[in-house]
Amino acid sequence: MTGLENATVLLLQASPGGYDPILPGLILLLPLLGFLANGALGLIGGVRAAEELRSGREPARHEGRPLTHTLPTWIGPATIGLAFVLTTANFMAMLGAELTDPIVRSYWMWMATGTLGVEAAIQLDQLSMIMMMVITGVGFLIHVFSVGYMKDDPGYPRYFAYLNLFVFFMLILIMGANFPMMFVGWEGVGLCSYLLIGFWFQDREKADAGKKAFIVNRIGDFGFLLAIFLLFVSFGTLDYATIFDQAPEVLTYGGGVATAVTLFLLLGAIGKSAQVPLYVWLPDAMAGPTPVSALIHAATMVTAGVYLVARAGVLFALAPVGAAAVATIGAVTALFAATIALQQYDIKKVLAYSTVSQLGFMFLGVGVGAYAAGVFHLMTHAFFKALLFLGAGAVIHSMHHALHATHKDWDAQDMRNMGGLRRYMPVTWVTMAIATVAIAGIWPFAGFFSKDEIIWYAGTAAGVGGGYGALFTVLWGMALAAAVLTAIYMTRLLVMTFHGSNRTGDAEASHLHEAPLTMIVPLCILAVLSVVGGWLNVPGSVRNSIFGGFGLLPMSDWLDRWLQPVTQSAVDIRVAELGGYASSAPVGGGHVLWGAIATGVALVVVILTARAVSRQKIVPATQDTVPLSGIRKHLYHKWYVDELYDRVIVRPVVRASRFSWRWIDQILIDGTVNAVGGVARGFGWFGSLFQTGQVTTYAFILTLSALAVLGALIF
Amino acid sequence: MTLDFVSRADFIWALLPEIVLSCWAMAILLVGVWEKERPGLPPRNLRLLAWLSVAGLAATAGVNGWLYGVSGTDASGMIALDSFRLFANWIFLLGAALTILVSLPYIAKQRLQAGEFYTLVLLATVGMMVMAGTRNLILLFLAIETMTISAYVLTAYHRADRRSAEAGLKYFILGAFSSAFLLYGIALTWGATGSVNLAEIAQTIEAGAGFTGLLMAGMALLGVGFAFKVGAVPFHMWAPDAYEGAPSPSTAFMAAAVKAASFAALLRVFLEAFPGLYEAWYPVMWWLAALTMLVANLIALSQSSVKRMLAYSSVAHGGYLLVGVTAANEFATASVLFYLLVYTIMTIGAFGIVMIVSGHGEERLQVDDYAGFGWQQPVLGVLLTIFLLALAGFPGTAGFMAKIFLLQGAVESQLWTLAILLALTTVVSYYYYLRVAWYMWMRSADAGEPAIPVVAPGIVRFTLIGSAAVMIYLGVLPGAVLEGAISAAEHFGVVAGEAFMGLAR
Repeated sequence: MTGLENATVLLLQASPGGYDPILPGLILLLPLLGFLANGALGLIGGVRAAEELRSGREPARHEGRPLTHTLPTWIGPATIGLAFVLTTANFMAMLGAELTDPIVRSYWMWMATGTLGVEAAIQLDQLSMIMMMVITGVGFLIHVFSVGYMKDDPGYPRYFAYLNLFVFFMLILIMGANFPMMFVGWEGVGLCSYLLIGFWFQDREKADAGKKAFIVNRIGDFGFLLAIFLLFVSFGTLDYATIFDQAPEVLTYGGGVATAVTLFLLLGAIGKSAQVPLYVWLPDAMAGPTPVSALIHAATMVTAGVYLVARAGVLFALAPVGAAAVATIGAVTALFAATIALQQYDIKKVLAYSTVSQLGFMFLGVGVGAYAAGVFHLMTHAFFKALLFLGAGAVIHSMHHALHATHKDWDAQDMRNMGGLRRYMPVTWVTMAIATVAIAGIWPFAGFFSKDEIIWYAGTAAGVGGGYGALFTVLWGMALAAAVLTAIYMTRLLVMTFHGSNRTGDAEASHLHEAPLTMIVPLCILAVLSVVGGWLNVPGSVRNSIFGGFGLLPMSDWLDRWLQPVTQSAVDIRVAELGGYASSAPVGGGHVLWGAIATGVALVVVILTARAVSRQKIVPATQDTVPLSGIRKHLYHKWYVDELYDRVIVRPVVRASRFSWRWIDQILIDGTVNAVGGVARGFGWFGSLFQTGQVTTYAFILTLSALAVLGALIF
Repeated sequence: MTLDFVSRADFIWALLPEIVLSCWAMAILLVGVWEKERPGLPPRNLRLLAWLSVAGLAATAGVNGWLYGVSGTDASGMIALDSFRLFANWIFLLGAALTILVSLPYIAKQRLQAGEFYTLVLLATVGMMVMAGTRNLILLFLAIETMTISAYVLTAYHRADRRSAEAGLKYFILGAFSSAFLLYGIALTWGATGSVNLAEIAQTIEAGAGFTGLLMAGMALLGVGFAFKVGAVPFHMWAPDAYEGAPSPSTAFMAAAVKAASFAALLRVFLEAFPGLYEAWYPVMWWLAALTMLVANLIALSQSSVKRMLAYSSVAHGGYLLVGVTAANEFATASVLFYLLVYTIMTIGAFGIVMIVSGHGEERLQVDDYAGFGWQQPVLGVLLTIFLLALAGFPGTAGFMAKIFLLQGAVESQLWTLAILLALTTVVSYYYYLRVAWYMWMRSADAGEPAIPVVAPGIVRFTLIGSAAVMIYLGVLPGAVLEGAISAAEHFGVVAGEAFMGLAR
């Protein structure tokens, strides 16, 4: 038998009975190898460029691009693409198997100290598999998009090195089988985020944005670490399997430890997923290249907090306070960020606040115990938000070229300078329109199914409550309001960018162009996913009454059922303790009626907004001199949160550290150290006085000392 | 192969490394006198002599390796056939070879008599090997004299230099003085136990000869003799003067290999003959260790000459090693061996670069002279920085691991105060080691000061780079070497543990 036949037989044997992971280590290794290769190329290219600079020669005009530039084009996307293929193979194998317990592969003993034993181990189960599919799949598309977007950047290989490294750490975060592994990934993606936000570090503002992201995230990481310590103290281990198995016995329901652990975990999640009050870094993070915003700051890294809550669902089920806090933070963020998005002019800023808002929805979902719904929205959001960012990237790319061609110093990201772009970029327009409809929540696009499922769960949770009924009712109302605002700001974005007359300028408009193929293809694929992505988890009743008629959808509640092995124990705890559970069971007029109302409202809002925005007189940014007033001014200035933080936190800290430096460090500590050093040198000088150079002195001291030793031993 | 010491021939096998090296040293002497002296010029066959000497050391090392596969029937003979001796031999041979390699340009520049110089180095090495291997106090004395008399001559080797001659004379007078203590100690011990064999002495003590004044006096005088040889405070006064005055190659050799041999013999005598008297001798060792670490490190702080600073640093390292001797458990003994190996390499490495900076003479020895050296000679600068960091015990270098092992050994015997003192004095030592590095990299040479002329042939650079690489390697992966040291220390067992149990009773 040949090797191939062998592999086929193995594969066939693996399904349907059990699931045997197919080279899971390689999925991790490929992006790492890509990082090493691209990193080496980046170094080589950098050294060469520096040499050319130093020698004062004109940079050599290569025939085409140098190898350090062309190789990353292939290495970068290919490693992620192969990882995606492998992940898909594993996903297929897992589909065929009835997997109830997670599969843990451990590679080596990582930390063995005292009672703590942490292994470098990965865990493959339904949740990590879905996340891996999203990360490698969307990641691959964004890598391909980047080829076109970053083509002319001198830091091209470095860019791909960072991007590959990011995917590696994101996979570690998802695939780790214990909390320390997740923490490594958690910190690793934070590092890559920092490196990529500050990718154009020559620009002071962009470098500062990177620092802001890094520092704000430290606050969250502090909480995450404390949670890990608490878990270790309570369980004596940090493996998921053991902790989640034993949690119901070890932790008392609603007890102090469970509440503390979940609140600390929540603090970590808030930092990474940019929730109120630590969301401030994400809008600034838009300073990075746009594909980075799509991959890291929309589709994957910022959802790590949602993943964390879903992964630790058992712990949150045991701590109703923690879960309610998650839901509350989520709903507040969803509404708060949506209001800010209403009055932003920077196209990426709108999307950034939209991302913060949508992450709030996911938090609301996992907070009320609808883990599958949260993960579902995570997935669909990854599709349409990545699409929106990439579309925005294509627009910025085109605008940038047009403005560059005539040396006009306008802002390429300001929507007031755009308008009517659909004539120049039809494909981008169509795909972004699809994404807008999807995020606005209109049937049958992806966002409708996932977002409305979360709202549905929030509503039914208000009925179960467990003492939080009133709170959940309020949160439900906030989510509804946020959903309406979502439709408004997204329509505004679409209309301001693509419709109406062009405001870029006549000379510039002729340079506007559609994006190249490497950018268009990922847009189209993501557009398809933004349509069909929501059909993965259609409630049974909806399927029967609408899709069933067309025979279109073979499965209902697929994601719910797929994730059941992971979420079931958390749901069981909630049912046992609360006597009920936020469920997807039809209420009132049933799913179809509510769904129709929701779609209808969204549709009306979209149409009204579109009409209102088209009637508005929009002028280019430089001519827009009418000052905003009232609520619009507050929204435009993002409720002055950055200013508030600056006054309340940043400036006092700076003052305190300046005090510590001048008085405590320079005078007290340095003074003490210098004094100790002086005394030590004084002793040394005293000791060297005996070193007279006279043999007789030496012999005398030697004899005395010998007598001392003799005396000590004999008496 | 098993040796049966009934047969005379088997004694030869057991002593083969020492025999090979002795014969080789004689041969070097002959080759050395072959060449007619040319006034004002280095000997023509200098390189030949150096390589021949290294070859002799390598051949001896080969025989030494072969001995690992040999066992003896008699465990209490004059010469021990154990891996302690063999491991110690590696250190001596390595120290001698490194000294010869890095000092090649020095010998040439100073026009020293190469043949005799190398012969003396090899003969001193023979003495060291016997010191580590013998179980007989009389033979031990002969071995020590073989080594030290060679060292006296090496110290005074630069006849034209007044300081060298003065250092040699001082060393000789005080060395003879301490040898008298040692010999007297041997005599009293013999008087008290009736034997000069270490194993028999231990048996007699075990049988109850115990704490008689005679035995105590003998042990005390032996201890004084050893304290002098290892340069423990307050018996250290000879060391800074001798180290500073001696030609740099001799200093490197004495600071590294001679000290290593003294420690090997000290371990052998006190752990093999006097384990039963641990309670009596450990307070003395404790005080010697504490005083040595404190005083040597503090005095080193106020030195402005790099060579003298390294001399005090050598004394200070003796203090750290005494902590391991005091701890007297298996791991501590192994860590002393590991430390000696590391210490030998890093000391000779540092002296190697000091020789280069001082123009293979005795100039430019002040710390100020190193200003800007790092930027003038980046490779040598980095190498010296590595050696200095290793000497200071910086994490990532072998010096750090060696100190960690010593600390672990000390903690196993619950010598908390000594462990803390070791850590604290190490912090003090950072100052004087890093000061040199600071001058090298952070200060620029005075304007108008010519760059330091550098003569460093390929073989010297190669040796130094190799040594630095080993320092890094052992700092990251010390496991294999440490295991070798542990198996070498095995048969001494846990002296301290038993004694402490005795104290508890």
